[in-house]
Amino acid sequence: MGSVRQTQVLQTVLLWTLPVLVLPFYIAPLLGVFEWSLSRPEPGLQNYVRLVTDGDVIAVLLRTFRICLLVTLISVLCAYLLAYHWVFGSPARRLIMEICIFIPFWISVLIRAFGWIVLLRTKGVANDILLFSGVISDPLYLVRTEFSVVLGMVHFMVPFAVFPLASVMRQIDPKILLASRGMGASASFTFFNAFLPLTLAGIVAAIIIVFVFSLGFFITPAVLGGGKIVMIAEYIYIQMFQTTNWGFGAALSVGLLAIVAILSALLFRVIRPERLVR
Amino acid sequence: MTSFGEHLKRRCLIVMAYLVGIFMLVPLIAVIPISFTPKRFLSMPGSDWSLRHYHALFTSDAWTGSIADSAVIALVSACLATLLATAFALGFWYRRPRFGALLVGLAILPLAVPPVVSAVIIYFLEARLGIIDSYLGLVITHVIMVSPFAVIVMLTAVSRLDRSLELASRNLGASAVQTTFLIVLPNLKFGLFSAWFLSLVLSWEEIAVTLFVSGIDVITLPKRIWDGLRLNVDPVIAAVSVILMAVTVLVILARSFLVYAGRAKNHT
Repeated sequence: MGSVRQTQVLQTVLLWTLPVLVLPFYIAPLLGVFEWSLSRPEPGLQNYVRLVTDGDVIAVLLRTFRICLLVTLISVLCAYLLAYHWVFGSPARRLIMEICIFIPFWISVLIRAFGWIVLLRTKGVANDILLFSGVISDPLYLVRTEFSVVLGMVHFMVPFAVFPLASVMRQIDPKILLASRGMGASASFTFFNAFLPLTLAGIVAAIIIVFVFSLGFFITPAVLGGGKIVMIAEYIYIQMFQTTNWGFGAALSVGLLAIVAILSALLFRVIRPERLVR
Repeated sequence: MTSFGEHLKRRCLIVMAYLVGIFMLVPLIAVIPISFTPKRFLSMPGSDWSLRHYHALFTSDAWTGSIADSAVIALVSACLATLLATAFALGFWYRRPRFGALLVGLAILPLAVPPVVSAVIIYFLEARLGIIDSYLGLVITHVIMVSPFAVIVMLTAVSRLDRSLELASRNLGASAVQTTFLIVLPNLKFGLFSAWFLSLVLSWEEIAVTLFVSGIDVITLPKRIWDGLRLNVDPVIAAVSVILMAVTVLVILARSFLVYAGRAKNHT
């Protein structure tokens, strides 16, 4: 009987090591950040008051939401096209789509942002082509604009939107679509009344994933916005290291975490990840 | 019953998908010629291509030092993350805990929190411990950030494991430790490798949190690229990018070959 006890103890140690380590290394400092937000520079709620009254903060938040909405819309549309052809295309097209999804996905976010700088800067490839073809006579300023930030972010987010979409598309029974066509419905009628509703869960999941990722996204907006298009994540970085306003940076972090927690709760209701873990 | 109009629409959709595909690849391809420019600033190489920026990359102590730092930190972090994730997944599989979802949530928490918030949290932790800008600090940072991914891979791997394996082994008299090391772990080989490899890649590329907790004594490769992008963009960054992209593509190819070979072997 002793060995059964021993085995159980051993297995319990295996199970609890990681969750227990999370407490001092993540949960405790998280509470510490929360405490900072209420105590620095002096005790009180003034950091949170500033969060909802400071004009700069509100401008940053509005810009963040505007860019994230735009990025989400464009990314999910692009991803839908890619996912559709990745799942239902001819074998050759499937392979091409797979390359276009996976190679950028595995390449570092910094290199991808750098690629956009190379393309979009004043003496870059895009301006060269436009100048040469006579479409424009003076180079366009494309880097450090909202345009470049949106482009770079869409490029980063598309693969993340493809995965949930492709997984719902794979589960669709092709007989349903055949039945619709067989009864005389047009291709677009079949798409809007049979295919699209069947992929709705994937669309909602993709929208929430991209939106949540975009909200806290730091690298691409910072590189392509060049300090001019500041979103909430970069604003937190500035508060922490340039103005060393730790209390306010902490309050911003807590606010961002709250928004993301609410959106993630929505996501969990849509995709129910507990079904993935048996 | 496919009308001409429908056919045209189909074609349009295919063309649009290819345009999105090109959009995904173009910024990566654009970096390649820049890395061969003979000039000291970002420019197209024109007619004479040069390897000077590759030469500069491998002879500069700053860049080679960063590559070494990144490699060491990634290797150590990947091994630790895989160890922790494997212990958790095994415990989860053996014990089938009642509050399983809660434990999994705790184990993958850093994945659900926006990276910039994790950065503030880890900055707080390491400022208190006095290990900002040290190897120890960066390894802790990377283990926290990549473990959730390893946990997901390992949980998926154990969920495919056959429970009769454990029963058979125990009934034949093997101890719990023997069962784990001789029966269960060998059956998780592929999952172990995937978890380790994913952790290695993610740690090698980690920048969002690293940015907050490194900078003077230890500069990882992504941190050095970041500094270059923010201060003066020089073509050495293009050379690093091309090498990293080439390695990535080779690794993807090797991995899909391994997966393919593994499947073929399982079928026979």
